[in-house]
Amino acid sequence: MSGNIYHEDIKALANIPVAEQKLEQPDCKVTLDNPLCGDRITIALNLKDGCVTALTHQVKGCLLCRASANVIAQAVVGTSATDLEVVVEGLQQMLKGKPVENWPTPGWESLALFQPVAAYKSRHECVLLPFKAIMQALS
Amino acid sequence: MKFTIFDIRHQFPILGREVNGYPLCYLDNAATTFSPTVVLDKVREFETGYRANVARGVHRLASEATDAYESARASVAKYINAKDANEVIFTSGTTGSINQLAFSLEGSINPGDEILVSTLEHHSNFVPWQMLCHRTGAILRLIPVSAEGILDLSAIDQLVGERCRIIAVTQVSNVTGDISDLRIISAEAKRVGAKLVVDGAQAVPHGPVDVQALDIDFYAFSGHKCYGPTGVGVLWGKSEWLKQLPEFMVGGGMVERVTVSGTTFLASNQRLEAGTPPIAQAIGLGAAVEWLEKLPWGEIREHETRLMKQLFRDINAIAGLRTIGSDLNQPRLPIISFDIEGCHPHDICHIANQYGVALRGGHHCAQPLMDAMGVMATTRASMAIFTSQEDIDALVVALHKAVEVLR
Repeated sequence: MSGNIYHEDIKALANIPVAEQKLEQPDCKVTLDNPLCGDRITIALNLKDGCVTALTHQVKGCLLCRASANVIAQAVVGTSATDLEVVVEGLQQMLKGKPVENWPTPGWESLALFQPVAAYKSRHECVLLPFKAIMQALS
Repeated sequence: MKFTIFDIRHQFPILGREVNGYPLCYLDNAATTFSPTVVLDKVREFETGYRANVARGVHRLASEATDAYESARASVAKYINAKDANEVIFTSGTTGSINQLAFSLEGSINPGDEILVSTLEHHSNFVPWQMLCHRTGAILRLIPVSAEGILDLSAIDQLVGERCRIIAVTQVSNVTGDISDLRIISAEAKRVGAKLVVDGAQAVPHGPVDVQALDIDFYAFSGHKCYGPTGVGVLWGKSEWLKQLPEFMVGGGMVERVTVSGTTFLASNQRLEAGTPPIAQAIGLGAAVEWLEKLPWGEIREHETRLMKQLFRDINAIAGLRTIGSDLNQPRLPIISFDIEGCHPHDICHIANQYGVALRGGHHCAQPLMDAMGVMATTRASMAIFTSQEDIDALVVALHKAVEVLR
């Protein structure tokens, strides 16, 4: 039943009040909408030598989107765009139900919590939206 | 004919299926509803008996297809009480109807003219007018809504100025189920000579419409929301206005004579249906409105009202739930939107689906309304003629389960 998506670990992750503060002078800021449901995420971050040094986000979205954004907030500091591409590729493959080598990427172990979402294609975008936002910010 | 929910449900074969081991409880009818057997049979009759193009062939099948297609047009005209069947133009749906109209009216719009739309509108009756304003330099003005999503006509006389050329408004909100007071809006349109375009997509499934009594200029609706096939819709317009509309799309089926130096078009409104129309779908839509017309609407409205009362009573017992739009004391149809504190509509719909309950969560293609209410999305339960008390019970159980999981 639905409990396999909305398990306690995902709920706890979604409800972590992290990254609520605002960056004084973000190097880049991106807002993305999910056109299917109108959910919106805004990500702001600072960079040094191509790596993320600080990140904040505001999510108006579902539980999966909030949880996904919080994974990023917890794990992204010190990550480069190239590192993140590997993470996103792995996440996409996992959601497609395909085996992924060396998964989850070290430091991003929480993404394994989204495994049950693979069975629900209509919810993949909820998980991916924050990652699309940060990839756009880093590009 | 006497209305019994058993007899009605028996006519929808799809209602026999299960979802996740539960009987299907389908409450997403405002998006797309099902077709009864009589419609499915009619489409099959065309596909297996006389599938051919309309209007030009002289062979037997073409003749039968043309007769069925024109008969469907007459049935639609009767259902909406059009003065003449030629006032009914078949399109791809409400979106197709309104886009065709907006492009066709472009020549009559000048910079500085005003187009008035309501904040309630589905994007299909909002974006075409917004784009028309961008193309012509006209000004888009908005009829506001309250924080509860209720249309506010208190200052309509000030919003409708002398340069207002078009007023576009929904007859029934696809989010709140509220019925717009078209008498007031029509009077204002008449006062300044503006054309009144009404989106009837959510009204037509809930009983016959009288476009003459509504005193409007154009009316649009879709087949798939009124028990007909997908991919077909209707644009109705008063004859005098349709005659003035330029051809929107050009090509086959709507010309009088084509030479290398130019083209003349048919005088009839057939010139507004370029190319091969959605023949099977239009014939199916004709069957749907014929079926609808025979139903005992007084009894059906009583049934719908009973279910709405039950639904309002039961869901309002859920802590943190807020319904959007008018209460039961105002004219409304059984489309009910709500939000539940701490529970996102997408999550609610996902969990409801686990119990076989099909709901819609999101902005419902009405983002200006969502913005006005200060929400990103709502959860919507929209009933159809086959909705039963058991469906409402299943919905309420599913909502309680969702709240239990999400909080």
